[in-house]
Order: sequence, then C-alpha cells, then structure tokens
Amino acid sequence: MPQLRRPRRSNSTDLFTVPALRRGIASFFVFCALTLYLGGQVLALDVPKLQGRVNDYANLLSPATEASLESVLTSLESSDSTQIVVLTIDSLQGDSLEQFSLRVVEAWQIGQQGVDNGVLLLVARDDRKIRIEVGYGLEGTFTDMAAGRIIRNVIAPHFKEGNFNQGIIDGIGAIVATVRGEFTAAAETGTTSSNRSDPGGLLTAMIFIFFIFGSLLRKSKVSAAAVGGIATPLLAFLLFGITGLALLVLIPVGAIGGLVAATLAGSSGGAMSRTGYGGYGGGFGRSSGGFGGGFGGGGGGFGGGGASGGW
Amino acid sequence: MMVLNRIGFLFLLSLLFTGCGYNSLQMKEEQVFKAWADVEATLQRRADLIPNLVATVEGYASHERETLEAVVNARAKATSVQLKPDDLANQAAMQQLAAAQGGLTSALSRLMVVVERYPDLKANQNFLDLQNQLEGTENRINVARQRYNAAVEDFNGSIRRFPQSFTNSLLLRLDRKEYYQADAAAQAAPQVKFN
Repeated sequence: MPQLRRPRRSNSTDLFTVPALRRGIASFFVFCALTLYLGGQVLALDVPKLQGRVNDYANLLSPATEASLESVLTSLESSDSTQIVVLTIDSLQGDSLEQFSLRVVEAWQIGQQGVDNGVLLLVARDDRKIRIEVGYGLEGTFTDMAAGRIIRNVIAPHFKEGNFNQGIIDGIGAIVATVRGEFTAAAETGTTSSNRSDPGGLLTAMIFIFFIFGSLLRKSKVSAAAVGGIATPLLAFLLFGITGLALLVLIPVGAIGGLVAATLAGSSGGAMSRTGYGGYGGGFGRSSGGFGGGFGGGGGGFGGGGASGGW
Repeated sequence: MMVLNRIGFLFLLSLLFTGCGYNSLQMKEEQVFKAWADVEATLQRRADLIPNLVATVEGYASHERETLEAVVNARAKATSVQLKPDDLANQAAMQQLAAAQGGLTSALSRLMVVVERYPDLKANQNFLDLQNQLEGTENRINVARQRYNAAVEDFNGSIRRFPQSFTNSLLLRLDRKEYYQADAAAQAAPQVKFN
C-alpha cells in the first residue's frame, strides 16, 4: 500500500484512513496489554513476603506464641536442618487451597536444596481451611496420613474452640515430633552448592573464549585486563545467574584472569590449556551471596504431598 | 599451527552447536521424560491405594456394589494403559491414557459422594486416613501433570524457535510432545467435606 507511506497527500479518504488505521492498531495493542494485565490480576492470589518462620498475616497469634514458635523452629533447623514455616492469611479470595499452598512453597523454597526437607503449615482464617504442605524429602516419614491426623486430631479441635494459639503450638509440636531425626544439620552442607549447569561444556567454551581473547589481546595487557574485568561478571551473570555484590568481586578477579591469559598466550602458543584454566579459575570462583542474616528458604522442592482440612 | 587450527575449528563447531541448542534441546527433552516419569509414579500411587479403599468402604457400604465395581473396573482400565517415552509424541496414545485416568478419577469422585451417606464410615479412622492419602495423591497427580505440561511447553516452544528449530530439523529431529490434558470429568477431583 504505497498510499500509507505518503500521509500528506490531499486525498480525503487517505487523510481519514491513515489515522484511523493507526488508532485501530494502537487500541489493539492497548487492548492486548490490558488483557495481559487483567489476566495476571484475576489469575491468583499473590504469595505474601516471607518474613520469618512465623508469618502471621491474619493476626491469629499472640506475640508470646510467635516467639515460642520461632525458638522451637530455629532449634529444629539448627539440629536437623529441617525448615518448618507457619503462614496464616485472612482469605484465599476464591483461590484453591492446594494451588495457593504450592505457589507459596515454590516461591519461598522452604527446606534445604537437595534434601527437600521443608514443611509449611498454612491457615486460611475466613475459609476455615488448614493445609500442611510436605517437602519431597519428608514424604516418607511425614505421610499424608500423618499430616491429615495432625490437622484432624490436634489442630482442628482447638480451632473449633477459637483457640488458634494453642492449635498452632500443638500442631507445630506434633509436626516437629514427626520429622525430628529424619535429617541432621551436617547432611545439608554437602548438597547446597550443587550446580545444575553443564560444567564440561562450559569449561570447553570458556577455554576457547579465553584463548581467543588471549591471542587477540596479547599486545595490550591493559585491554586484556579490561575485557576480562567486564566479560567475567557478565558471563557469570548470564550463565550462572550470579547477582549482587558477588559481581563486583568478580571484576578485579576477571581483570587478573584476562591479564594472565594475555601473558600466557603471548609467551607461547602451547599455553592454551593453562590460559583457559587461568580464566576459568578467575571467572568462576562462585560465592553464594544469598541471604544476609535473616531467615530464607534453603531451596527445597515440593511435589504436592501433605494434607488439607478444616475446622 | 595446523593442529592448533584444527582444534580451534572443533572448538568453534562445538560452540556453534551449543549456541544453536544442540545440547539444550536434548536436555529439555530429557526433562519432559523425567516429568512424565513423575506423572506415572503418582498415577501408580493412586492405583495402589484403591484396593485398600474399596475394601474399607465395602465393609460399611456393601449395597453400593455398583459404585465400587465401577471403581475397580476403571482402575483395571487405567493401569492397562501405559505410555513409553516414544508415545509422548503420539496424540492418540496420550488421549487414550488421559481418558482412562479421567474415568478412574470420576469413578472415585462418585464413590466419595456415595460415602457421604454413611456416617459410620466417615467416622472410621482407617477411612479418614485413606481419604487423606487419596486426596494427597490426587493433588500430587495435579502437580506432576502441571509440571509435565510446563516441561512440554518449554520443549515444544524451543523446537519451534530459531535457531533451535534449524538444529532440530537438520540434526536432531525430535518430535513435538503432547500435553497431558485432564478431561472435563477429571477436573472434578473427589470433593470431600470436613466438619
């Protein structure tokens, strides 16, 4: 349509159609964006922020109860590494209990990575619903049956009397008694730094990239260092998803790596492997710049185990 | 220098493959297979639970023979349909499995409606335990099914996206995988009221 490219033509139909067309396209995009936005809104209840081991958004618990629960759950994690978290909410707002619960544990990642030993106790006050969500690693000892019994026989009777404090204290007591001894804190340390990407392929790629950089930049050590300093945190971010302060640390490390690579590539052609390793060692001294002090989930996985109930 | 060039060329080639998704496509297909294994494990778990459930209900509600038989038959049908990894790309096979499993789900939900009429049964500790296990298993099936579908979406998306689509049609020739869609009857998982 050649007319479209000449909007100033004094043809009246053109003057009318072009803005109309534009308006049409624009409103179409606005409509798409709106449906996207509204779609996201309608879809589901937001997962609240993880504040600590006890997240009492429905204000069911007294400060004394919260403090005692915190201390019980902290001591359990320090001895067993098992993480148990309590969440109370006002209402599910029509959302499904099981789906909301799973979204919460997927977002919070309760339990340690690799052993998946997390438990969530969820109470929805206005819906009068309770759910215990059990991580993969605990499903063997803390069965759906055991979770169902705790809800039915321990928590629900207190809730029926309106005694939320005692219900949750006793419920957590029963959960702790069930899961205690299943894991020990020492077992957790070996598994936390598991890396899901493919180190062999990456190593090959890294050796190659550093060799190229090294040979290209052997004349200028300064630019080699600069490239190393920029490329290392960039690659660390893109490939490993490292963020935050760790990236700043990687800048000087990468610069030194680049310098070493340039020197080695410059001094002899056969230094390729050493060059690569120099770069690799410089670039991927990974550090876990995760949570500073506060409580956070350890990366545990869930598969829908547990039980639901009500009062 | 020739050797060095050749090594460099090989590196470049492997880098090219990596960049065009030669490895990642296969990883993603493997993730689909793994997610499917989880689905099958949860379906098997449900099938294993049923004889016990039927025996318990029979003791209290022996006149509900018809409903119980429907569950037993649906279980037999559901366990007879198994998919091999190759069948995940086969729409007919997947639909057959979804229909058989959906039949079992609806037979179970009918049973759960029937037991509402038997207060003695509903107060039985053994039955309540079984009910918790059944609910937990249904929930696991849903979770596994959603994760399988997500893995399929990821895989199907990548074999259509450039440049992986190119790698796939030239070298790998991996097939598109089928989603596991629960049919309408299966959407209504056994509803249980708590008092």
